[in-house]
Amino acid sequence: MQITVEFSGGLETAFDGNKKHVLDVPEGSSVNWLLHHMVETLMPDHKREEGKNIFLQDESVRPGVLVLINDSDWELEGEDQYILQPRDVIIFASTLHGG
Amino acid sequence: MLCVLCECRKAMLKRPKTLQPICKPCFYNVFETEIHNTIVESNLFFPGERVAIGASGGKDSTVLAHVMKTLNERYNYGVDFVLLSIDEGIHGYRDDSLETVKRNKVQYDMDLEVVSYSELYGWSMDQIVAQIGNKNNCTYCGVFRRQALDRGSAKLGIAHIVTGHNADDMAETVLMNLLRGDTARLDRCTELVTGSDDSPVKRSKPLKYAYEKEIVLYAHYKKLDYFSTECTYSPEAFRGTARTLIKNLEAIRPSTIIDIIHSGEAFVLKKKKEKKGKGSVVVKAKVEEKPVPSGGCSVPLAFDSSLGLSNRCTKCGYLSHNAVCKACVLLEGLNAGRAKMQIEGDSADGAAKNIKTLEKLALSI
Ligand SMILES: [Zn+2]
Ligand SMILES: [Zn+2]
Ligand SMILES: [Zn+2]
Repeated sequence: MQITVEFSGGLETAFDGNKKHVLDVPEGSSVNWLLHHMVETLMPDHKREEGKNIFLQDESVRPGVLVLINDSDWELEGEDQYILQPRDVIIFASTLHGG
Repeated sequence: MLCVLCECRKAMLKRPKTLQPICKPCFYNVFETEIHNTIVESNLFFPGERVAIGASGGKDSTVLAHVMKTLNERYNYGVDFVLLSIDEGIHGYRDDSLETVKRNKVQYDMDLEVVSYSELYGWSMDQIVAQIGNKNNCTYCGVFRRQALDRGSAKLGIAHIVTGHNADDMAETVLMNLLRGDTARLDRCTELVTGSDDSPVKRSKPLKYAYEKEIVLYAHYKKLDYFSTECTYSPEAFRGTARTLIKNLEAIRPSTIIDIIHSGEAFVLKKKKEKKGKGSVVVKAKVEEKPVPSGGCSVPLAFDSSLGLSNRCTKCGYLSHNAVCKACVLLEGLNAGRAKMQIEGDSADGAAKNIKTLEKLALSI
């Protein structure tokens, strides 16, 4: 099934620089699975260690990175235990950058 | 899950301040009303006042401009808001963010004034970095940016600037001042309105109690037009570390940010005995263009130096505790470096020496 992942607040620089990705994921995947899948597939090899550090902490999203699942705060959706549904839009927004 | 405030719509976010699940319309309402309350409780504005909004094109200042316009219309503040933007001369970064501010000007129907570093200091940020390298350039960012907003306002005859500093910024600043032992700043940094200690212009922070998370979500849900790439020269390591620490604390104790701000507000520095002859003279910015001096600060002096006050920079006339203000000290170093390089044609040596001087300066600021 297809889902969409978007970055904002400069977080795309931890990945390949693109702000939007359409991904094919197995049904029943959780957001936690998605996080690691993103690190494996969307980060260039030479940037993976550094990028992972910006994005994740203790195997989940680093505090200060907001996650929206279909525009809803992931804190109301079960955080990384949320099970992805077809056509979900997941937004990762860093609040760690100035502005 | 239903919104706990209206109990009829789907909750879309968990408020960081109260942990309440609330819907979008209730979120807009509480977010805007809290800012309105901050403004009213402190009598921040008066009818007919001209107020500059420090506009960077980033999320904080864009949300600030949007909310100020909304509240000004809703509650009839009668304030005349002007967008004031600083062009640091950072190639690629400011070009894009200035475009954003120009669109904001149209979207919010406000005047826009842009003041450039080159105009104010004779140096763009790109030129400064070319000279001193990436290390320590945030010292310049900070000192020059602060004065630039004040000088820009004075130039426009505006005595009040609002900036987009939010609760998270405030908590970081408290923590940083505490960790550095900077008790003088710790005493003042949580004030909603910072007085005219080294500036003729009043500064205030209407978003002082607004959480960064809510600012990001407000901008996102309202589809505000802002620029989200970070300043190319920005890594200010110490602030970054303080921020990470606070975020980690918040995960364990959700009230961390507001608690730190409250601690900062309760901290009052023990008053030293007043020195004679250094009374608190209130100086009003008087706008008059003077001929640009050759060399040094290429700033049209916006302040009346005939008042003969001792607390002014002898180089540029800007209010300062020391004989020479921080900006002029930094400029002197830069200009000396430029001259030295021109004479010797040996940039490596000149630059190294400059960096050493600057590191000393950075410690004293
Ligand atoms: Zn509601
Ligand atoms: Zn900087
Ligand atoms: Zn000066």
